[in-house]
Amino acid sequence: MDEILEILSKDARISPEEISKLTGKSVAVITKAIKKYEQDGIIVKYKTLINQELLQENRPLVRALIEVSITPQKDVGFDYLAERIYSFPEVVSCYLVSGAYDLLVVVEGDNIQTVANFVASKLSPMENVRKTTTHFLLKKYKEDGQVLKKSQQRKRLNISY
Amino acid sequence: MKNIVISKKVEQMAPSGIRAFFDLVLGMKDVISLGVGEPDFVTPWHIREKAIYSLEKGYTSYTSNKGMIEVRKELERFLQKRYGLSYDPEEQILLTVGVSEGIDVAMRTILNPGDKVLIHQPCFVSYGPMVDLAGGIPVFLDTESKNGFKLTPQQIDRACDRKVKALMINYPCNPTGASYTKKELQEICRVVIKRNLLVISDEVYDELTYDFDHTPLASLPGMKERVIYLNGFSKAYAMTGFRLGWVCGPSKIIAGMTKVHQYTIMCVPITSQMAALEALRSGFKDVADMKKEYMRRRRFVVESLNEMGLTCLNPQGAFYVLPSIKITKQNSLDFAKNLLSRKKVAVVPGVAFGRSGEGYVRMSYASSYENLKEAMARLRSYIGS
Repeated sequence: MDEILEILSKDARISPEEISKLTGKSVAVITKAIKKYEQDGIIVKYKTLINQELLQENRPLVRALIEVSITPQKDVGFDYLAERIYSFPEVVSCYLVSGAYDLLVVVEGDNIQTVANFVASKLSPMENVRKTTTHFLLKKYKEDGQVLKKSQQRKRLNISY
Repeated sequence: MKNIVISKKVEQMAPSGIRAFFDLVLGMKDVISLGVGEPDFVTPWHIREKAIYSLEKGYTSYTSNKGMIEVRKELERFLQKRYGLSYDPEEQILLTVGVSEGIDVAMRTILNPGDKVLIHQPCFVSYGPMVDLAGGIPVFLDTESKNGFKLTPQQIDRACDRKVKALMINYPCNPTGASYTKKELQEICRVVIKRNLLVISDEVYDELTYDFDHTPLASLPGMKERVIYLNGFSKAYAMTGFRLGWVCGPSKIIAGMTKVHQYTIMCVPITSQMAALEALRSGFKDVADMKKEYMRRRRFVVESLNEMGLTCLNPQGAFYVLPSIKITKQNSLDFAKNLLSRKKVAVVPGVAFGRSGEGYVRMSYASSYENLKEAMARLRSYIGS
């Protein structure tokens, strides 16, 4: 992966000036590259990784992983049905996977009831959806390469040769 | 007991001003430290996991004095593949408690009273005292910023007399970051061979060489028979706390070193040896990732320092920069003390690395980018005030 992308993938808020200092490339080159990545859809979006569990003011959102078995259709294979499913705003992620089922659908809702309703009234009744298995997520340990628990700072001696 | 008298040599060791400064830093809270001589990464998990597993399996005994043969064989393969170096794992490889022990044991093995050892300066703090304790005489050769802090062949040649037995060299160098290209090393080798010197070569930062490929001194023609090649796991694999290094050298020297090592250490801890096996077998990706990160930080720090007038060379290896503090008109210890008390940033005074380190301070960029950014901002405001 390009160095600029690699740096941005770890810290989306880093400025072109700072990237320039880290890479030795000029600010103009970096700004241009980022613009091109955005136009080409390589950089899709800049987001913030939030640890919902620590949010006090709100009840955290409920997330479920749903294994979905579907019957692929002529000409369009899995894609057609996948699109019908991922178009629901409740769906956070949708992957086609190998193995015992076909789609892994991640759904988020305010509470268990909303997620259950989504499965019962929208997902399961869909034509060509053969079977669903819903796993409610109990605890997130690590997301997108990031351990969510604030780790205790390991202590190095402040000075050594 | 009244009037305890300890060894004169020991009594005179280590500059006390520096020690007091270190104690000051260690006792202070909320310091941003650029004074640390170790990676800020934690040992990669797969290596730690292997060490834990070995404990679960009950690997808690002594091993052979030289270290487990499995580790030495793995090292043999590693060095062959990495540098084309071939050492006999039975007779020419010894595992030590970090490179530090390797230096001590090497000096005690090769030196007779009055033998001289040439050492470049600024240099790592232990070389001189180790030579001294082993009965030898350290002869310091000042390296200068205008030569990139590198030893020149002429310098070595000029310093040689009949009592000079060995050259102690460290590259990439702590604290200067200087390293040598293959061509530069070849020129040094010519003098070393002409003067029939042994060389103790501390190459513990070899994997952190940025601008060209590292060449082990022992890999050059005619050198393997006279080089005591020291290296370790601390820097490349972020394993400082495991305290594990290795020495490769001619059979006769390794046999001698093994004698000293067995009486002082017996053997290095088995847990560290088990971790080392994993590091050697599958640590290459960790090394590459860390190196990439250090390179970015190096760029950032070098540029920031030069911008604020603390001029420094672009270090070719390790994770230190040695900026000149000439513009502040302070000596290095005062600079470090003032910076600490006013801005809570810790650096190591250059004088700690020998008299030719005066006028410089060592800063380590083995620190997170956020820390480095904050440290540079504080430095800028310190310089401006």
